[in-house]
Amino acid sequence: MSDKMHIKLKVNGEDREFLAEPRELLIYALREHLDLTGPHVGCDTSHCGACTVTIDGKSVKSCTMFVAQANGAEITTIEGIGQPDALHVLQESFREHHGLQCGFCTPGMITRATKLLEENPDPTEEDIRFGMAGNICRCTGYQNIVKSIQVAATEMNSAKEAAE
Amino acid sequence: MNDMTPDRDDRSANLKGMGCSRKRVEDVRFTQGKGNYVDDVKLPGMLHGDFVRSPYAHARIKSINTEAAMALDGVVAVLTAEDLAPLSLHWMPTLAGDKQMVLADGKVLFQGQEVAFVVARDRYVAADAVELVEVDYEELPVLVDPFEALQSDVVLREDLEPGADGAHGPRKHHNHIFLWEAGDEEATNQVLDEAEVVTEETMYYHRTHPCPLETCGSVASMDKVNGKLTLWGTFQAPHVVRTVASLLSGIEEHNIRVISPDIGGGFGNKVGVYPGYVCSIVASIVTGKPVKWIEDRMENLMSTAFARDYWMTGRISATKEGKITGLHCHVTADHGAFDACADPTKYPAGFMNICTGSYDIPVAYLGVDGVYTNKAPGGVSYRCSFRVTEAVYFIERMIEVLAIELNMDAAELRRINFIKKEQFPYTAALGWEYDSGDYHTAWDKALKTVEYDALRREQAERVEAFKRGETRKLMGIGLSFFTEIVGAGPVKNCDILGMGMFDSCEIRIHPTGSAIARLGTISQGQGHATTFAQILASETGIPADSITIEEGDTDTAPYGLGTYGSRSTPVAGAATALAGRKIRAKAQMIAAYLLEVHDDDVEFDVDRFVVKGAPERFKTMKDIAYAAYNQAIPGVEPGLEAVSYYDPPNMTYPFGAYVCVMDIDVDTGVPEIRRFYALDDCGTRINPMIIEGQVHGGLTEALAVALGQEIAYDDLGNVKTGTLMDFFLPTAWETPNYETDHTVTPSPHHPIGAKGVGESPHVGGVPCFSNAVQDAFRAFGLRHTQMPHDHWRIWKTANDLGLHG
Repeated sequence: MSDKMHIKLKVNGEDREFLAEPRELLIYALREHLDLTGPHVGCDTSHCGACTVTIDGKSVKSCTMFVAQANGAEITTIEGIGQPDALHVLQESFREHHGLQCGFCTPGMITRATKLLEENPDPTEEDIRFGMAGNICRCTGYQNIVKSIQVAATEMNSAKEAAE
Repeated sequence: MNDMTPDRDDRSANLKGMGCSRKRVEDVRFTQGKGNYVDDVKLPGMLHGDFVRSPYAHARIKSINTEAAMALDGVVAVLTAEDLAPLSLHWMPTLAGDKQMVLADGKVLFQGQEVAFVVARDRYVAADAVELVEVDYEELPVLVDPFEALQSDVVLREDLEPGADGAHGPRKHHNHIFLWEAGDEEATNQVLDEAEVVTEETMYYHRTHPCPLETCGSVASMDKVNGKLTLWGTFQAPHVVRTVASLLSGIEEHNIRVISPDIGGGFGNKVGVYPGYVCSIVASIVTGKPVKWIEDRMENLMSTAFARDYWMTGRISATKEGKITGLHCHVTADHGAFDACADPTKYPAGFMNICTGSYDIPVAYLGVDGVYTNKAPGGVSYRCSFRVTEAVYFIERMIEVLAIELNMDAAELRRINFIKKEQFPYTAALGWEYDSGDYHTAWDKALKTVEYDALRREQAERVEAFKRGETRKLMGIGLSFFTEIVGAGPVKNCDILGMGMFDSCEIRIHPTGSAIARLGTISQGQGHATTFAQILASETGIPADSITIEEGDTDTAPYGLGTYGSRSTPVAGAATALAGRKIRAKAQMIAAYLLEVHDDDVEFDVDRFVVKGAPERFKTMKDIAYAAYNQAIPGVEPGLEAVSYYDPPNMTYPFGAYVCVMDIDVDTGVPEIRRFYALDDCGTRINPMIIEGQVHGGLTEALAVALGQEIAYDDLGNVKTGTLMDFFLPTAWETPNYETDHTVTPSPHHPIGAKGVGESPHVGGVPCFSNAVQDAFRAFGLRHTQMPHDHWRIWKTANDLGLHG
């Protein structure tokens, strides 16, 4: 298993290159080769969504994809969403509305939520619950996660209107 | 100067002390993916461990061949019991007074049991090597049923001397672990025999698993140069882990540093000590390199601590009017292959003897028989204090069954049997002294809010409509009223492996008036860094935003017993308040000196000491802190620090009233939760936002357990629910919104009156969801049906009752 592939990815806006075995899962490559430990492994079977990243504009569970399959792709992880001095509206909103507790699901949850709001900028509660159903949280009971996303959507829409 | 002083309310708000919904300080890093969980720990030269696990539930190991695995490039070591035996580490003590194999010693006793530990360059190589280890098994008869186990000639634990006592007294059979009793059986039986009304029911509280989103893991790093072992891991009790590691390994305790980094949820799963932790330590000692072990989800569900698995038979008696006169409970407790319950030493069935619940029951008896089977070890408290979920489910089902027997309304039956406000402190028939409560007020508030009588009328109309063929949906009204027993506990009767269950807080005030406080507990999502700073802010007058809270590093934090059983606020929270008061006492002396008055002539006012009767003369805590470091004050040591170790005089007894309204589709078995109302009384409230979040989360875990989550085995001991495909974790789609409410009945013995809340919603939630399902079918003759109420079982219930025509 020592035949390694030359992998090129654009991650959080930066070009990254490294050698990896083709069988390595993308989550492993992100965490071990690129030290991006925001996305987590919760289940290994693509049920929990803790490993969610955005690949070429789509929400993907990175434990379900080989790094070889992602070769050449553009990837966004939680580390690419907002910066310490300029948090994303969703990051602010999750804190404001207590949308997290242990924090383990949070990177995947917020990463998925950014895509959800791109897909549907004005979601109903039902849209959010359905759109987030691929991400499991064991702590919050979801009520405050739904609220965090709802409020963030409203704020993002007002900001957009103000800018127009 | 005086004009510049903000008014008292502003100063108070600025502290962000107790009672305010302070935003969590933890969230800043978590929302940016900058948490530091055990799998994020990466050390130079680190190796990875992985287990060879048994495919059989019961088998003798004839041989283990590690040659092919060792030959694989990148494999550094393969450890078996033979390698651990010279170090006496092939077995380890459990928290319940039993012992457990670290690696299979001659036989395996459950599917997924650890047989060998492979250490390799990376996880992939380790996983490859696991496949190359050849184990020759000889299958043995499998016992998955505890009743059968107690009759069987098959001896599961050959290591135990036949006929010898166990850790908790005589064993009746070679697969029996203990009989634990409370109360007066003879008196109870007499009352039951002579009662006007008596009813009996057997209920199975199925086996399930806490399943935190982060699995268990550890990183061990033995530095052979300085002889120090550092161990990172998913530990809900890091200090206890250090002591156990020292006792097991012989490494002196000062040479072991245990660090619980951020923990991705615990819910009881991370209280115990697992073979993986021990193997990572041994592997690091053997290889001289850091060794990481992280279990996958299937390993987590199959081998680390399960919860429940209690067969509970109850008999309850009452007068014709519904006044309960006696309660008898017998439990057959399936502990799996090793008794690895995480309970205080003297309580092998935890606090199951809180099973008289919230009711004034004059006489009661509890007997619990622990049994070995070929299932995973454990028996932890999954989001509850020790076995309290079982106790509350038991009594809340017995109440419902009694209500059916008496043809009474279950809400009214509860009301007439509640312990009255004026009876507190109340000593229950099974021995506990309840500290405070006002059950009638909480119950009345709950029933009024949900308009209970109207709900019952609607339900009756629905039944009629169903009978007329106008609807296929039935309506269930689930009720539960629970009393928790948390905050273990008084050192006089609570210890774990001999360590008294006190907890601690150490505070250092810095010269510029900010502070750091360290505690013996460890947050797994509860937000300790936020709430403990709030307690200190109120006690010391230093703003919460200027206080750092640290936990989980045994080299820096004072010794404590950790976080589980809702004990952090009742025990460490009390230590925090008292350490804060020590700071304040010293600050008072310093203030008096600075103000040139007698100590008794100054008083504390939010964030300062003022001269009594002359509030314009004051010293703020900031002034005082600075003075503590730069002035020579006669009779007062420099510095401003305090430590408090708190041994609680009693447990705390949070309570609550829950109501669930459910519509059940009789043809699909799908329950739809229309409304869930949760009133919690956790005494003094520190952070309402966090309390509400805890309630939402606990209720969702209750929904999971009541409506589908289980660890199921087939007859051969194969785990049927080993992945999240089969093991039910609710998503946002299945989870309802909850209405939260509260009353406040402070604990009289806790320094700030707080009781703890994290587990209440789970304890009260499970019976509430279950009662809702069962109540829907009451009009059609259902007395009791077993959890979990998944769609199939609900459909089956409807079918058995003849509701499918």
